[in-house]
Amino acid sequence: MPATLTRIPLCTLDDLPLGLGRAFKVGDTPIAVFQSRGGKVFAVDGFCPHKGGPLADGMIAGDQVVCPYHAFRFHSDTGACDQPGVCALTTYPVEVVGGQVYVTVS
Amino acid sequence: MIQLNTIADSPVTRRKLVIIGNGMAGARMAEDIIAADPNHDFDIVMFGDEPYGNYNRILLSNVLNGSQDAQEIFLNPLAWYDDNHVTLHAGKRVTKIDREQQVVYAEGIEESYDILIFATGSRPFVPPIPGTTLHGVFVFRTIDDCRNIAEYAKGCKNAVVIGGGLLGLEAAKGLMTHNVSVTVVEMAPWLMSVQLDEAGGKVLQQTIETMGIKPLVSTSTKELLGHTRVTGVKFGDGTEIPADMVVISAGIRPNKELAQEFGLACDRAILVDDTLQTSDPSIFGVGECVQHRGMVYGLVAPLWEQTKALAGRLTGTNPDARYLGSKLATKLKVMGVELASMGRIADLKPTDEVVTFAEPGRQVYWKAILRDGKLSAACMLGDLEPADQLVEYFMQDKPVPTRRLELFFGTGTKTQGSEFSLADMPDSKQICDCNGVCKGTIVQAIKAGKTTVQAVGKATRAGTGCGSCKKMVKSLIEAVNGEVKADPSESWYVAAVPLDKPTLVSEVKTRGLKSVSAVLRELGTGEDERSKNGLASMLKSIWGTEYVDERDARYINDRVHANIQNDGTFSVIPRMYGGVTSADDLIKIGEVAKKYNVRMVKVTGGQRIDLLGIKKDDLPKVWADLGMPSGYAYTKALRTVKTCVGTDFCRYGTNDSTALGIALEKKYQGFEFPAKVKLGVSGCPRNCAESTVKDVGVVATEGGEWEVLVGGAAGAHVRRTDVLCRVKTRDEAIRVIGRFLIYYRDNAKWIERTYDFVPRIGIEKLRDIIVNDSLGLGDSLDAEVEKTAAAYVDPWLERDKPAFAGQFEDVKTVPLPMV
Repeated sequence: MPATLTRIPLCTLDDLPLGLGRAFKVGDTPIAVFQSRGGKVFAVDGFCPHKGGPLADGMIAGDQVVCPYHAFRFHSDTGACDQPGVCALTTYPVEVVGGQVYVTVS
Repeated sequence: MIQLNTIADSPVTRRKLVIIGNGMAGARMAEDIIAADPNHDFDIVMFGDEPYGNYNRILLSNVLNGSQDAQEIFLNPLAWYDDNHVTLHAGKRVTKIDREQQVVYAEGIEESYDILIFATGSRPFVPPIPGTTLHGVFVFRTIDDCRNIAEYAKGCKNAVVIGGGLLGLEAAKGLMTHNVSVTVVEMAPWLMSVQLDEAGGKVLQQTIETMGIKPLVSTSTKELLGHTRVTGVKFGDGTEIPADMVVISAGIRPNKELAQEFGLACDRAILVDDTLQTSDPSIFGVGECVQHRGMVYGLVAPLWEQTKALAGRLTGTNPDARYLGSKLATKLKVMGVELASMGRIADLKPTDEVVTFAEPGRQVYWKAILRDGKLSAACMLGDLEPADQLVEYFMQDKPVPTRRLELFFGTGTKTQGSEFSLADMPDSKQICDCNGVCKGTIVQAIKAGKTTVQAVGKATRAGTGCGSCKKMVKSLIEAVNGEVKADPSESWYVAAVPLDKPTLVSEVKTRGLKSVSAVLRELGTGEDERSKNGLASMLKSIWGTEYVDERDARYINDRVHANIQNDGTFSVIPRMYGGVTSADDLIKIGEVAKKYNVRMVKVTGGQRIDLLGIKKDDLPKVWADLGMPSGYAYTKALRTVKTCVGTDFCRYGTNDSTALGIALEKKYQGFEFPAKVKLGVSGCPRNCAESTVKDVGVVATEGGEWEVLVGGAAGAHVRRTDVLCRVKTRDEAIRVIGRFLIYYRDNAKWIERTYDFVPRIGIEKLRDIIVNDSLGLGDSLDAEVEKTAAAYVDPWLERDKPAFAGQFEDVKTVPLPMV
């Protein structure tokens, strides 16, 4: 059975602090949503595959999210990790419509 | 032989235990019995020669040299005997034992016994030479001896100590404090011949000579000269030296005569088996008066083992306990010389392997005797660095390392950057213990062209944790690549801005860059979280209240003012100035811990209390309930000021370290730095606050001064502080420390701890700048201190007014729409 994609209204843009992230649990899926200083909004897995660091508590460095535990870096578009042998994060499509942030999860 | 178990297992009626001897052995025996006998099945009766409770004989030399009062060395005062229902016949000597009737007699006292224990100890050996009964001739064994020696020394110029063993040297040291010139006479060719070999004895000899004591070795004493008072000492070769007092310390002899007289089997001492039983099944022996498996011990450690085993058997709490002999390892300080000894150093077989290390310049000498691949004996002098490790090999009979030098130097020599040992290491050897990176991985990266420490770190994570393996990484690059490529970024303040700190600061000021994003936009070549955090710290100190505080430039810890833990919760450490708290504050902390189900309440190394496992959304509530300021345990700032109780309570304290510590913490709280900063204030050179391994330490000295120390560390790196200066008053200490802190803040690289900063600048130069004000910065540093102190606001006050959306909010749950 193909996975069902669901588009969910998550929060307002004002709920996302500039240059930082916030943690959500959409259904059973933990997601970290960020708003970069350049205005880009994106969403990735809530936890780092290395030791489970809460990524929303991390920082943004250029195009990357930096885990607060051991500074593993993940690309905001692809979810790819800068460390060899660490699996990529799942990224989730995000839309901002009229100040409302929507995320699409499966 | 009758099994002891039959005694222990017999129906419990009250049994009477008589101990002959009230020295360290007798008293310990009684204590152990009482501790192991909660039902008080035993009536304990003790006989002691001396009219006192018992005292710690080991500390007698302190009484002699005046560093301790006789009252201080008593173990159990007379009241202890009453409190524990022990009958003590003090000053009564047992003269007769009726083994048939099981009764002992002493000067009009009769005591029957079920069990009798000999703890008669030993007495000083007085050599059979003429003159030992003259006035001014002493042995050194009891409190009375100490008093008499000290009293007599007042009128003396020349003292001679006969015997160059441990006790003799202790006596010599004690006499030195009475302004007497001291000669130590030893029959053996070197001093402390039991603990040291010849080379070690010679080293010790040189050391004590520099202290003004004259040692005469290979010298036998023939006669003590004088009519009523001693006036001189005559030696075997006919020479004489003047002496107006003599202390004899020529070894000890076990007090076995009473036992011998009443038929117990004796050799050099009273013979006991592994159950500490003598040849009479109702009579036992412990301590210096017994001989067990051929050994007579003159130290306390075997005694503790003996009394414990015997108490276990007698009370039935450990009926099978046996004493199998003791391995002797001791660390001593003889006349200020550190000394460690284990096993019998004189016991050397031709097949033994001997490993020695000597450093004559510092009077260091180490020797280990190896037998069958194990450590059979060792002695160490002057520097006890490897002593703990050797004791472990010795006590546990562990096989010693194949590379024998590791016995003394550990495997740590490899980290000193020797290419030889690096090349020797297998590829699987882990170099970076924080990130688990092996040598092979690092070598691969180097071969792939990563030839700077930073590049290797970026590629492999090696050296990016605590950083303590960076030197090894550097050595590996040298070994593989021939040289380490010059890394220009080493001089930069942070990686994202290619400028050293002075240039960066001046650019920031000229261009008026007040936020991290502005600096990165105008001067940056990249963006990374470390650089952002470093710039945030720097900009705050440059601009003060004008600083544009962008919270995304901070780590999570600095955003929520708490330290993130491995489960996503946080730790909360309120400030506890100088490590001093109150009953009310403790109750408050306890109530908060209960209310928020704190998983662990932990006392930290910095003398405060850590509440671990706090949820992010509870942080503001916890802070409000605590009502205490943040302890800054999560950020690059002033952390703690550790103190000792100083003159408030401590007998040794020479100055009020607690008050200075509290004043320092109140003044410098909230000061942010390129790295964390820990302080310590100790009230005397015993240094209980560990000031010598703090970023800034203060130690009170006799005479009321404060010694200010900087650049210490006791983490992944260990470094002893350098002495910055000595000052006379508390205010001066606070001021000079403030100048140092600001100078460090403004000149150190990001994440550069004082232990790297101080040696990089050089302590002389720092002293010139900070103490002598050679650059004329003093006033501006002082002004900067005041400005920074005035700007302090407790970050926990953000509890009432979060600085950004979701600052103190945990995961937000969003339900999926029902289909």
